[in-house]
Amino acid sequence: MPVAGLLKRGQLDVLIQTLRARGYRVVGPRVKGGAIVYDEVSRADELPVGLVSVQQPGRYRLEDSANGRLFDYVHGPESLKRFLFAPQETLWTVAQNGEVSFKETLPEQRPLAVIGARACDLAGMEVQDRTFLKSQYNDFSDPYYATRRENLFIVAVNCTRSAATCFCASMNTGPRAREGYDIALTELEDSFLVEAGSAAGAAVLAELPLQPAREMETTQAAQAIEAAARSQTRRLDTTDIQALLFNNLEHPRWDDVAERCLSCANCTMVCPTCFCHRETDVASLDGKQSEHQRQWDSCFTLEHSYIHGAQIRPQIRQRYRQWLTHKLASWIEQFGVSGCVGCGRCITWCPTGIDLIEEVNAIRAQPEAKT
Amino acid sequence: MTGRLRIAVHKFASCDGCQIQFLNLEQDLLTLASRAEIAHFAEASSVMQPGPYDVSFVEGSISTSADLQRIQEIRAASRLLITIGACATAGGLQALRNWKNHDEFVRAIYARSEYIDSLARSTPVSEHVKVDAELWGCPIDQQQLKRVLSDVLARIAPRIPGESVCLECKRAGHVCVLVAGDVPCLGPVTRTGCGALCPRYERDCYGCFGPQEDGNTRALGRRFREMGLSDADIVRRLRFINGWAPAFRAGAQVWEK
Repeated sequence: MPVAGLLKRGQLDVLIQTLRARGYRVVGPRVKGGAIVYDEVSRADELPVGLVSVQQPGRYRLEDSANGRLFDYVHGPESLKRFLFAPQETLWTVAQNGEVSFKETLPEQRPLAVIGARACDLAGMEVQDRTFLKSQYNDFSDPYYATRRENLFIVAVNCTRSAATCFCASMNTGPRAREGYDIALTELEDSFLVEAGSAAGAAVLAELPLQPAREMETTQAAQAIEAAARSQTRRLDTTDIQALLFNNLEHPRWDDVAERCLSCANCTMVCPTCFCHRETDVASLDGKQSEHQRQWDSCFTLEHSYIHGAQIRPQIRQRYRQWLTHKLASWIEQFGVSGCVGCGRCITWCPTGIDLIEEVNAIRAQPEAKT
Repeated sequence: MTGRLRIAVHKFASCDGCQIQFLNLEQDLLTLASRAEIAHFAEASSVMQPGPYDVSFVEGSISTSADLQRIQEIRAASRLLITIGACATAGGLQALRNWKNHDEFVRAIYARSEYIDSLARSTPVSEHVKVDAELWGCPIDQQQLKRVLSDVLARIAPRIPGESVCLECKRAGHVCVLVAGDVPCLGPVTRTGCGALCPRYERDCYGCFGPQEDGNTRALGRRFREMGLSDADIVRRLRFINGWAPAFRAGAQVWEK
């Protein structure tokens, strides 16, 4: 898509008001509990200013850089996942009043605009599309996901800064947003370079007070994104990764990581592509009605690997191995793409700071001898 | 099992808080009474009928020699036995005595210790009789209680999740206090069920729902050590309301001098 123009930083509110006037509920970055989360935004001056996130394995801090920029924070624990694949929702209800009646409870058709999605988030969404939408990988569309997807408007932000846990450049997913957005912003000195990624995005941009972008600004934007990519210190070597992991299923490193893994499931909760869930029925005490609920589950829970009277992955070692081999290897077989988009959230938000790149590197450095 | 269920609620060594959670069901308690016969519930009624019971809920730990006898009788009279709360399920706060000299406590506190019938250890019901399901928490959570009651009324096995508190935090969008604030939160090794009540208010979980199904208390202890907690601090975090639960017991043992 061609560059549409420049939007002064002080005029970002026009974008928010334009979206609101078009009926969108607008969410964007807000600070909660010491981190950036997505929450309702009604005015641009509600957005956090000048914050950067300092991320390390098992550690996240927001610091004030006092530079007045809006999107240097990179990201928080949440991705686009929660807006499409709801953490918990009722799929249908059943009532018994003389006769038994079922009712589907699809989400309401309410347009939602998300400001601040990153390239890794868009890549994560594209990966989840393969799970939840009808495609060559999947015979059915999940109507709950599909309804939200149709109603989602994305204002992406190209990263001009990386966190220490980021490795999107090595996964070919960022830091520039590739596809799936309606509008993309790149933050410059005192303005945003604005691009449309869809007809809906172009229509919104037509209502904004844009100035023409000169070559200087487009070059600056490209350089800033390139610099963010170069600043990434982590990279995941995916060379022959399927063979590497599946030839090393009894590698001693799995025991080593199991000593550090809490089996708390945080990595899977913050991962933008993890889609495991459980479905349960919640009946009222009078026995007259019941809700069929779906909620995020994880391959780290024992219930998830419970099949016909047995836990098939009773040890932490087996569950971590299941997660990592699926994420990085069998996902490719299943969906034609890696399950990892390089956002680094599983590294930052692991309470004991397990770094999946280090785990893969340890196996790669000393693979088991094949007999 | 057809017809109305006969339900009983029994009390052992406990503060009655979990029974109060029953009583606080209010309107739902009337619904329960319309579908089941509440045959024995000392906290609620002075009319206490003998067994057999279809379901016995048991609050409190086994703490006296009389308790040892009574829990056997209740088990024999009950088709299903479900423990409610940290005391019945893990021995409770009073299990802190299990690491100390019981006789010294008795002599120090009571003028006539020969009248005191107290066991040296406070233990969970499951150390004495078969338990069919366990509701954790100090106190138990009403939503979990209601689900177990509706499962029992529907004649299906009670479903009680065993996963960590972290899943609930992330579903609800609570920011991790451990990662973002270096707060020694026990959530990663603690069982869900409370609705992530403490992290919701940016407080650390202190493990009142007991150990999650298969967490790694040793690794979390090492993390706490890196955060600056002393060995004794780590022991105190794990050896609290559910200190006698095997996973917390083992996790604390690592750091004990």
